[in-house]
Amino acid sequence: MTVPFSTNLVQPLEEFLAALLAIDRFAARQILTRYSEQSDAFHMIEQLIAPALEQIGAQWEQGDLSLAQVYMSGRICEELVDALLPPARLQRISQPPMALAVLEDYHLLGKRMVYSSLRASGYEVQDFGRMDVATLVMKVCEERIAVLLISVLMLPSALRIGEVRRQLKLLGQTPKIIVGGAPFRFDEELWREVGADAMGKTAIDAVVQTARLLKAMP
Amino acid sequence: MTTAPLTSLQRVLITLGHQEPDRVPLFLLVTLHGAQELGLTIKDYFSRAEYVVEGQLRMARKYHNDCLYAFFYAALEIEAWGGEVIFVEDGPPNASQPFIHTSAQIRTLQPPVIAETPCLQRVLETIRQLHARSQGTTPIIGVVMAPFSLPVMQMGFEAYLDLMHEEPELFALLMQINEDFCVAWANAQLAAGATAICYFNPVASTTIVSREQFLRLDYPISTRVCARIKGPVAFHFASGRCLPLLAEVAQTGAVAVGVSTLEDLATLKQAVAGKVSLLGNLNGITMRHWSDAQAETTVKTAIAAAGPGGGFILADNHGEIPFQVPEATLLAIAEAVQRWGTYPLHWTDREP
Repeated sequence: MTVPFSTNLVQPLEEFLAALLAIDRFAARQILTRYSEQSDAFHMIEQLIAPALEQIGAQWEQGDLSLAQVYMSGRICEELVDALLPPARLQRISQPPMALAVLEDYHLLGKRMVYSSLRASGYEVQDFGRMDVATLVMKVCEERIAVLLISVLMLPSALRIGEVRRQLKLLGQTPKIIVGGAPFRFDEELWREVGADAMGKTAIDAVVQTARLLKAMP
Repeated sequence: MTTAPLTSLQRVLITLGHQEPDRVPLFLLVTLHGAQELGLTIKDYFSRAEYVVEGQLRMARKYHNDCLYAFFYAALEIEAWGGEVIFVEDGPPNASQPFIHTSAQIRTLQPPVIAETPCLQRVLETIRQLHARSQGTTPIIGVVMAPFSLPVMQMGFEAYLDLMHEEPELFALLMQINEDFCVAWANAQLAAGATAICYFNPVASTTIVSREQFLRLDYPISTRVCARIKGPVAFHFASGRCLPLLAEVAQTGAVAVGVSTLEDLATLKQAVAGKVSLLGNLNGITMRHWSDAQAETTVKTAIAAAGPGGGFILADNHGEIPFQVPEATLLAIAEAVQRWGTYPLHWTDREP
């Protein structure tokens, strides 16, 4: 029987972080394999993978790490979690329907990073890809999405999130909307201006905000 | 005896020489606002060189701008490579789907022939007309995308990061193709009458890659490109962070560096004083909501941080002011530069 390892995790976390930052998939997998004997998949995600991604996100936020390192770390963790918890396996976090989209821009990296981070944290999320306002509103209604994450790069696209919110409201839909992307990093009030419920400063911060909003849901 | 007032070009050259001119130069990097100025849609505005020339000249007069900006939009180079550009009513035209779908395509990639590419010719014609009409009084800024940054639009950011990390041979080939085009495009703009080239390289910023990656992957390319461009180069990180890279940027031969609002301007100035001039670092996104008082305070703060001793041009931090910034705010910024940017900056000694 495996047990949660609440024992000293400082060393494995540091080793895991170092492997991720060196973009060393093999070393990262080895560390998880070594500790999988002491813990189950969820505790490894909670105590090793998620904290590592949080530290990487925080260090990017402070300017100490690059986006390339954040992106590659997320990709590696997503692969590892997919191996630990195959998609749609019941052990993944139970949640209302969630979706992720890029609004209008053709820059998809931010969405990809959030997708990796959500999956690396055990969530299932539908990837709507790139959409315009009308298509996104329609899709959210069809799929009865409860949490909608929207990534943008350009300011005009960010401002159109307000239109998404308005149209959804007219249709009686009130999903929680979490936004992210460059314009929100340069104007910390912009997410309120467009009627979002939260803003993720980094990919892993989007996961933190998702968890917070899910917890507050009735 | 009275002396003639400095022209914008003289003002800029003095500050680039790390001396104090009559006032801090202002590069209000307005592009899309030219369409408003002429009552045109953004798509129509960029369809003819004459429109952009008229827009730039009117805005230079209105805002006491110290440059004429021959930048159309970043996706123009993608248009030149055969990619699609999408126009919107309230923002810069955006690159559509990447035109490199698989990394193997890089092996047969052909750069645009400048003389045969209408959108590039439109920019060159704009520069020629600006040069003729400004008569050497105002610097004309041409623009190129750096070889290291262009692939974000050529193949998509995710595929590019994968290429960078996993396919070094094809990465090197793409860099070589892009480098040759970048140099040719920059030199064509200089030959048409551009005074200097703004070399946009956001991917090289430490926001996107680590310093180690910058040194290994971009620095040798940027050093060669800056040496091959036959005129002054401003190395612009398009609002990305660059403080840890400034010593190397100075070594590329760049005369100025475009810096981010995410970094402290005084610290940046301290790091490069006397070596490279700073261009920046007003936040264009928050600028949409600035009151006149906020515009004045922000301009004052920037001038106090980087103005003393010259080597500073006030500009936004991204290289393009958003369309949503109202004319009244641009006027307030221009007015604040006139008021607080006049040398000597004795007022900075009196204020904390």
